[in-house]
Amino acid sequence: MAKITLSNLAHTYFPYPRGEQDYALKTIDLTWDDGGAYALLGASGCGKSTLLNLISGLRRPSQGRILFGDGDVTDAPTAERNIAQVFQFPVVYDTMTVRENLAFPLRNRGMKKDYIQSRVDQVAKMIGMEGTLSRKARGLTADVKQKISLGRGMVREDVNAILFDEPLTVIDPHLKWELRTQLKKLHQDFGHTMIYVTHDQTEALTFADKVVVMHDGRIVQVGTPEELFERPAHTFVGYFIGSPGMNLLDAVIDGNVAHIGEHEAPLGGKFGHLTGRTQIGIRPEHVTVSRTGGLPATIMRVDDVGRHRILRAEVAGAPVAVVLPEGAALPADDSCHLIFQPEKIGVFADDWRMAPEHPQDRSGS
Amino acid sequence: MFKTQNNKAWFLVLPVLLLVGFSAILPLMTVVNYAFNDTFGNNAFFWVGLEWFREVIRSERMHDALQRQLIFSAIILAIEIPLGIAIALTLPKRGVWASLTLVLLALPLLIPWNVVGTIWQLFTRIDIGLLGSTLAALGVDFNLGRDAIDAWATLIVMDVWHWTSLVTLLCYAGLQSIPEAYYQAGRIDQASRWAVFRYIELPKMQGVLLIAVLLRFMDSFMIYTEPFVVTGGGPGSTTTFLSVDLVKMAIGQFDLGPAAAFSLMYFLVILLISWVFYTVMTNLDQEKEEVPE
Ligand SMILES: Nc1ncnc2c1ncn2[C@@H]1O[C@H](COP(=O)(O)OP(=O)(O)OP(=O)(O)O)[C@@H](O)[C@H]1O
Ligand SMILES: [Mg+2]
Repeated sequence: MAKITLSNLAHTYFPYPRGEQDYALKTIDLTWDDGGAYALLGASGCGKSTLLNLISGLRRPSQGRILFGDGDVTDAPTAERNIAQVFQFPVVYDTMTVRENLAFPLRNRGMKKDYIQSRVDQVAKMIGMEGTLSRKARGLTADVKQKISLGRGMVREDVNAILFDEPLTVIDPHLKWELRTQLKKLHQDFGHTMIYVTHDQTEALTFADKVVVMHDGRIVQVGTPEELFERPAHTFVGYFIGSPGMNLLDAVIDGNVAHIGEHEAPLGGKFGHLTGRTQIGIRPEHVTVSRTGGLPATIMRVDDVGRHRILRAEVAGAPVAVVLPEGAALPADDSCHLIFQPEKIGVFADDWRMAPEHPQDRSGS
Repeated sequence: MFKTQNNKAWFLVLPVLLLVGFSAILPLMTVVNYAFNDTFGNNAFFWVGLEWFREVIRSERMHDALQRQLIFSAIILAIEIPLGIAIALTLPKRGVWASLTLVLLALPLLIPWNVVGTIWQLFTRIDIGLLGSTLAALGVDFNLGRDAIDAWATLIVMDVWHWTSLVTLLCYAGLQSIPEAYYQAGRIDQASRWAVFRYIELPKMQGVLLIAVLLRFMDSFMIYTEPFVVTGGGPGSTTTFLSVDLVKMAIGQFDLGPAAAFSLMYFLVILLISWVFYTVMTNLDQEKEEVPE
């Protein structure tokens, strides 16, 4: 086991890329700490699978180096890297029994028979398949096959890392939760580096110590779930994490005031001159409804999502969602005022978060 | 709710039945007729029961022909199936070269049997054939008219040249249907090249391999034109396979009774062996199912 370093890594599927737009992965520099539980989160097509395949060596990067510990493995074949990977759709060896499937990676490494036997029994228990070990893998249903794939990914104890590429897509919800708990336990017991790809944020936030958010071939932020929620580094993170996502409004930033249309909102810090498209972002949880003061808003509707109610309103023509506290009363007519907590407002220029020059509140920067 | 039984639809099947009757059943019945009767011409038949069958089964000549035939088919299968698989594994998976090699491979399949025979007849002639005269110039005593081994070798090499492509093309189609993810999983699981073949490629090729084995078995078991053209069944009767012998018997000697009995048994043997191949190959991996660990 070792930490994994990606240095100046980029990948394109085109033999003759014409420019940055042809790259599935734009330049990436990142270190995965040894023993970390990471979630790799991003929308469909942003390059998550590509990144995993580069790490496991199923593809060779167009540019950059990959290091395991201090060793350069950029040109090493997959087998030499000793990495486990579970794909989105199940891959089982049809002619083998479930037991033989689970034992396959160990047999290929020439492990001892007794060891294989006991290790397979252990893994079978983790995926809940002790009873079906001597069945042929052919003819099993997709979710059972996926459990076998998961088991094959977990069976080797000496791997450098385990990569999961949306492994629970074909699994039904209650089993999903169960298997995720097992993965978490596996991580605690063995301390493998684990990278778990998903585009489901709850899955990412429950599994991982650290979440890596990708957007359009780039890594836009690495942080704990809390950091992503409180201080998204990119508008995509703000919008993607949280339910509903962060409210984003076009604004002109002038010192410690944001001008939204003809209205003004105070900011938690003083900003210098910003170029490009400037926006402010505020979580629905950090907006409060008031009768007077704040920004005038038009109420569109109220959604009841079970745990709480969400007020959908418009400020200067832009949609704003507000999470209503329990039992909050609403104004009778459809106009109200909204207050954005100044220290919770993020300022973005061309989608990237800007730091204030003179922070008035440390937690807001 | 009443459903009116309308069986008129069965009449739609009638033309097909008539057609099959004329094209298959009638000629077959003629053969059956000859197999159980004797005739001295003038369409006068005498019932002889199983007499012809007994004669054919006891005949030394038939035993030899059957044995030669079995050995020939076994050699053909033993060479063409592994060779076909091996070639399919080395073919490029996509791109211009893939299409080009496929076309090249398919070429021998398009040549008619007797033309193949003629080509090899000329090719191996000692006086003017490229192969024959080259071997002669090298001092190799090659003569398929005199030497049984030479005759057999020629027929086998010719059949391999003619038909291995068929096995290759079938296997290639089977290999193409394997999703990339299986190979990726194999690499992740650190499978050796042999393990990839044994556990990923071979199982996916099983269906097409069954077809390949059946086709090549039936075809080689019924081989007629090529030995007829290349060796004429000789030297002696060393390359007189079943159908060569059958034609000799039916047309050369006009022994229609035994020939008819022989045809029926020939047909049954092919059916039987094909059935054995089919059952064995489809049950290959089911058998292991219950083996305890
Ligand atoms: N084999 C390939 N050949 C060409 N382009 C590819 C190939 N695989 C992926 N791409 C392209 O690379 C980009 C990133 O794909 P990738 O599969 O890495 O996305 P992803 O984040 O895993 O998406 P998803 O969540 O749908 O699995 C996409 O635009 C995709 O079209
Ligand atoms: Mg993917």
